[in-house]
Amino acid sequence: MSAVPLSGHRRLLPRHPLVIVGGTLVALQVLLAVFAPLLAPYDPLAQSILDRMQGPSAAHWLGTDRFGRDILSRILYGYRASFAIAASAVAIALLIGGALGILSAVYRGWTDRVIMRLMDVLFAFPIILLAIGIIAILGPGAVTTAAAIGIVYIPIFARLMRGPTLVIAATEYVEGARAIGAGTGRIIVSHILPNLTSVILVQASLSLSTAILVEASLSFLGIGSQPPSPSLGRMLSEAREYLLLSPWDSVFSGLAILLASFGFNLLGDGLRDALDPRLRGAD
Amino acid sequence: MARYLAVRLSDLVFVLFGVSVVAFLMIRLIPGDAVEIMLGANAEVTDEQIALVRQRLGLDRGLVEQYISWLGDLLRGDLGTSLWTGVPVTQEIGARIWVTVELSLLAMALSVVLAIPAGCAMAYFRSSFADYAIRIVTIAGVTVPNFWLGALLIYLFFILFPSFPTIGWVPFSEDPLGNLARLMLPTIALAVPVLASLSRIARSAMLDALGQDYIRTARAKGVPDTSVVFRHALRNALIPFVTAVGIYAGYLFGGAIVVEQVFALPGLGRLMIGAIAERNYPLVQASILLVTTAFVLINFLIDLLYAALDPRISLK
Repeated sequence: MSAVPLSGHRRLLPRHPLVIVGGTLVALQVLLAVFAPLLAPYDPLAQSILDRMQGPSAAHWLGTDRFGRDILSRILYGYRASFAIAASAVAIALLIGGALGILSAVYRGWTDRVIMRLMDVLFAFPIILLAIGIIAILGPGAVTTAAAIGIVYIPIFARLMRGPTLVIAATEYVEGARAIGAGTGRIIVSHILPNLTSVILVQASLSLSTAILVEASLSFLGIGSQPPSPSLGRMLSEAREYLLLSPWDSVFSGLAILLASFGFNLLGDGLRDALDPRLRGAD
Repeated sequence: MARYLAVRLSDLVFVLFGVSVVAFLMIRLIPGDAVEIMLGANAEVTDEQIALVRQRLGLDRGLVEQYISWLGDLLRGDLGTSLWTGVPVTQEIGARIWVTVELSLLAMALSVVLAIPAGCAMAYFRSSFADYAIRIVTIAGVTVPNFWLGALLIYLFFILFPSFPTIGWVPFSEDPLGNLARLMLPTIALAVPVLASLSRIARSAMLDALGQDYIRTARAKGVPDTSVVFRHALRNALIPFVTAVGIYAGYLFGGAIVVEQVFALPGLGRLMIGAIAERNYPLVQASILLVTTAFVLINFLIDLLYAALDPRISLK
């Protein structure tokens, strides 16, 4: 993807339908997550055995699970955990992977070769498998899950940033800046980074979408964040045990994961169109 | 071409070496020692017994020494024996891997077979409404959690066809139809995200190909539409498509770990999760190495194929 500075497109952004739909979906879910303590009708951990495994009703909009816990409240808190973990993971990957990719492209030669081969090594592992290994080393929990997904995503950002940086570093204005004595640090900060904004925005959004799925898969396998903290993936794995008795828990927790991931993916896809019209519909 | 091949080969060797180091270190960095876990059930264990077992397994030596000895055995074709059963790990992996391979191949075949016509159709029938509808549907397909899809399929089939075998496993050699029936739902659950991605890629590759000058020339000289799409454009669109298929090989294995869990399939994914939990060092090392090497080799071959199909690559 070629690099286009964001500022020139700011007015264009809201007009793109996918950005509007994806952005609204994301904003809505993030708000639900942030205000979960105010919005949740029940305590997500409060059990009420008499009300267990109910379908949707006026009292429990999305029904209750096998302990009579309110599914809506658990999903709202699940969103909190899911978004917090995905966002931290993408931030880690963006900072470390982005830095490695830019350094690779700026210094080239052996630096580039060594960094990119190391990225290839990480990239050779299936994402879930590497994340499982890292969590096994660091211990289970929300923080280590975020760190594990972040590490697994580092090569994605390193590869992504390297390409456009190579192009920008070879442009005449960077050559000009170098000629008047600008150091490498200054060139990175004032010439390269601003030109990478749109690439970063698009990839961050798409990575958030997949990170949500990876987090859900890990907690589905019982490896991510641990009970009793609500987690969408674990809700689904527990609900699966009584799926044939009461499908509501499974249906809604899975739907929540889908909607969260879907919103970010739609947003990323729309941003790619809006920021670089030449890539409309490309993959 | 020779220079291109040499660079790619040296990179390949480096990556495989790196992967073996990571596989070796990863399992050793996990807290909790294999020997303590093995003997843990028995409260009467003395320190001497632990030391004895550690010595027998070679775990008392330095890390570098252990790695070199493992690598040496590996190069001689000896992947070690499972800590718990004493059976060669190749045998333990061999007993499980075909479940995963069959599942992944079926899912990949289903995705490719459906993605190509879907991509062609999506590229051919273009309108802004169809474009948006297609993107929303394919993005939903990409983001659907496959363990959820699997659970819903099990539920649906239980309601509609109560006698259909939704979970469990029989080997193909014992009961071919039963084997395929049991793999049908897992294959769908695993394939949907790949199918959605691949059809998007097929679509954009087709759009690229349809926009080329030679297509206009073909149309101008009166070649029928179907022939333009399938004979001229599709051939060239297949090049980027093939590369994408390689990338999804790794995704399929990751997805298979989760899908095997949903459908209680005795595949490699479940074997590996169990082996990590038991700190079965040789088994974890060997299976990680196998999976990553397969992924690296598939992508290496696809790179070569790509270079062979597209002469511009080798000039770089």
